[in-house]
Amino acid sequence: MHDLNKIDEIIQAYADTRTPLIYVLKDVQKEYGLLSDEILTRVAQKINIPLSEIYGVATFYSLFTTTAKGKHIVRCCNNAPCHVKGSKAVLDHIKSYLGLEMGETTPDGTFTLEFTSCLGLCAVAPVMMVDNEVYGNLTPEKAVAILKDYKMKGTSHA
Amino acid sequence: MHRIHILIAMDAHTISQGARSIKDAMTRELALAGLANEVRVVETGSLGIYDKGVVLVVFPDAVYYVGVKMEDVTEIISEHLIKGRIVERLQYLDMPSGEAKAGDKSARVSKQIRVVLKNAGIIDPESIEEYIANDGYEALGKALTEMTPEQVMEEVKASAMQGRGGAFFPTGIKWGFAAREKSEEKYIICNADEGEPGTFKDRLILEGDPHAVIEGMALAGYAVGAHQGYVYIRGEYHMSIARMQRAIEQARQQGLLGKNIFSSSFSFDLDIREGAGAYICGEETALIESIEGKRGEPRNKPPFPPSVGLWGKPTIVNNVETLANVPQIILKGAKWYRSLGTENSPGTKVFTMVGNINNPGLIEVPMGITLREIIYDIGHGIPEGKGFLLAQLGGTTGGILTREHLDLPLAVDTLRNAGAGMGSGALLVVDDSQCLVDLVKTFVEFFVHESCGICTLCREGNGRLLELLERMTEGKGAAEDLHLMEELANAMMRGAFCGLGQAAPIPVLGCLRYFREEFEQHLQGTCRAGKCELHAANEAAA
Repeated sequence: MHDLNKIDEIIQAYADTRTPLIYVLKDVQKEYGLLSDEILTRVAQKINIPLSEIYGVATFYSLFTTTAKGKHIVRCCNNAPCHVKGSKAVLDHIKSYLGLEMGETTPDGTFTLEFTSCLGLCAVAPVMMVDNEVYGNLTPEKAVAILKDYKMKGTSHA
Repeated sequence: MHRIHILIAMDAHTISQGARSIKDAMTRELALAGLANEVRVVETGSLGIYDKGVVLVVFPDAVYYVGVKMEDVTEIISEHLIKGRIVERLQYLDMPSGEAKAGDKSARVSKQIRVVLKNAGIIDPESIEEYIANDGYEALGKALTEMTPEQVMEEVKASAMQGRGGAFFPTGIKWGFAAREKSEEKYIICNADEGEPGTFKDRLILEGDPHAVIEGMALAGYAVGAHQGYVYIRGEYHMSIARMQRAIEQARQQGLLGKNIFSSSFSFDLDIREGAGAYICGEETALIESIEGKRGEPRNKPPFPPSVGLWGKPTIVNNVETLANVPQIILKGAKWYRSLGTENSPGTKVFTMVGNINNPGLIEVPMGITLREIIYDIGHGIPEGKGFLLAQLGGTTGGILTREHLDLPLAVDTLRNAGAGMGSGALLVVDDSQCLVDLVKTFVEFFVHESCGICTLCREGNGRLLELLERMTEGKGAAEDLHLMEELANAMMRGAFCGLGQAAPIPVLGCLRYFREEFEQHLQGTCRAGKCELHAANEAAA
């Protein structure tokens, strides 16, 4: 069980913002790491929007998650500009290193592997984003070396 | 007073190459050399040079250095700053400037004209003073003290500028629809939900010259009678959000946003709204839904936003690049604007060159330039001596251009006649070593991922297209599949609910039209490029 009282404070902070739901959900997710049923129910009660509608919003946007994710989220781009610069080989190498398919989390909870839509860094394609850090000009070897670094440090990369 | 300014490009590209630590080292070493009071290190937006590592420029000499590493910092200080000798091995000579310079030695310079990007990489985007020193907020001052709202709108109409978000609807006419609505409450929204693959122009405008966008929005507000604006920025664009937030605060402090701007009766303020990760929110009615705190699903049209938009009120949604053009049009006049570009497509266009090209990056060129000039003169051609297969212009919904289009002038009307469009300005160059069917699969996978799911044709249509393509690369395709793909794609174009769903099959149909034999080869079990699963399966069987 989470301490849900923080939710009330977050909602209160947006008292002057018109239609603040997305901001509220962002801050709530930042606080709790995910938007679970329990958490969304509390938001619904406090903000006076039906739970069904809030669940619809929470599952629509890719930056929201209703399930727990790994400590580091690895987001790989496979849009056309990255594709023609060899992103598929990079992705295959990452998958086999982590032993994951897209959307999965390692059993030790260190990494979650996801797709990202274009990050607009196509001049240094192929790219991936680990948490909030962006890495460009990747090769399969370079990408895995970066992930090994995260694993070794066990902390966020500077 | 500082004798020298060093501008370091600080955007996501250069930061990923270590720009921050170079800046810190530069500041530290300057202090050690006793130059802290003479030389100022300034962060600026993108300098339009990519793939060359950390980029910085030394003013007033205007010397550009690229690929700057930690060990180069002291050399630049001791050689250039102290002894006045340029470090030639790091120098970059291929830099565009504010004016087109005929006869200049480099095509990257001579073929570009900077209107929207005139300040990007020249000023410190975090300093409103530098923007003001470069004619900033002069257009707003002129409009509020010398022009009526109608005159501002007429000037934009006369410029014939077309919206730079991809639809190219005439901006002045759009403003006119909102201006004639009788409502106390109207809104101006800047669409900065840039997500079209291959596009990053809006981010670099926001990060390189945020005040130009603010000024454009205030002018739009004055013209249509709105007092509040929102900048809707993609949630992933952390630096754009931070830069824009700072710029808004500075403008408020200077009285350029808020009540009675320039002592006039006009009041206008701005706030940022962040996206939460949804490509579809680039569609203007989906964007409005998102600001209203809902799922970003497109609305039925009509009514269009200029009549019924945000919270049911008249709303103008304009792209970042569109708004950044507005101050220049008001300042220099519609006639000046129409002198750029072509008769039917005036002005400049910002493109992002990506894919298999030697010199990728951001460029601003007059409308009417040819694909050949962009790819071969400005972009320095295709790497590793490979051939040109195709270009996709306008992002993943963009049309397909082939060798036969290399000398077509790129303008709204000429592209439309060729069955393509300018879209977001992303130019993806694809070399002839790529497997075309695999590429088309990538396009379709994108739409399967990004379809909002509200209408059957887009949600199911893209899924079925992907199945057909997968069958093809697995060697299980049937002869009638190409016909099925065409039928489905045409149905999606006619029947999908919004512009995204209607545009999704455009590249599929384009590739089928120009490269049909390559699909047929896959159906017969061979892949020319040897890159897709079909090739891997053939190898395994052999």
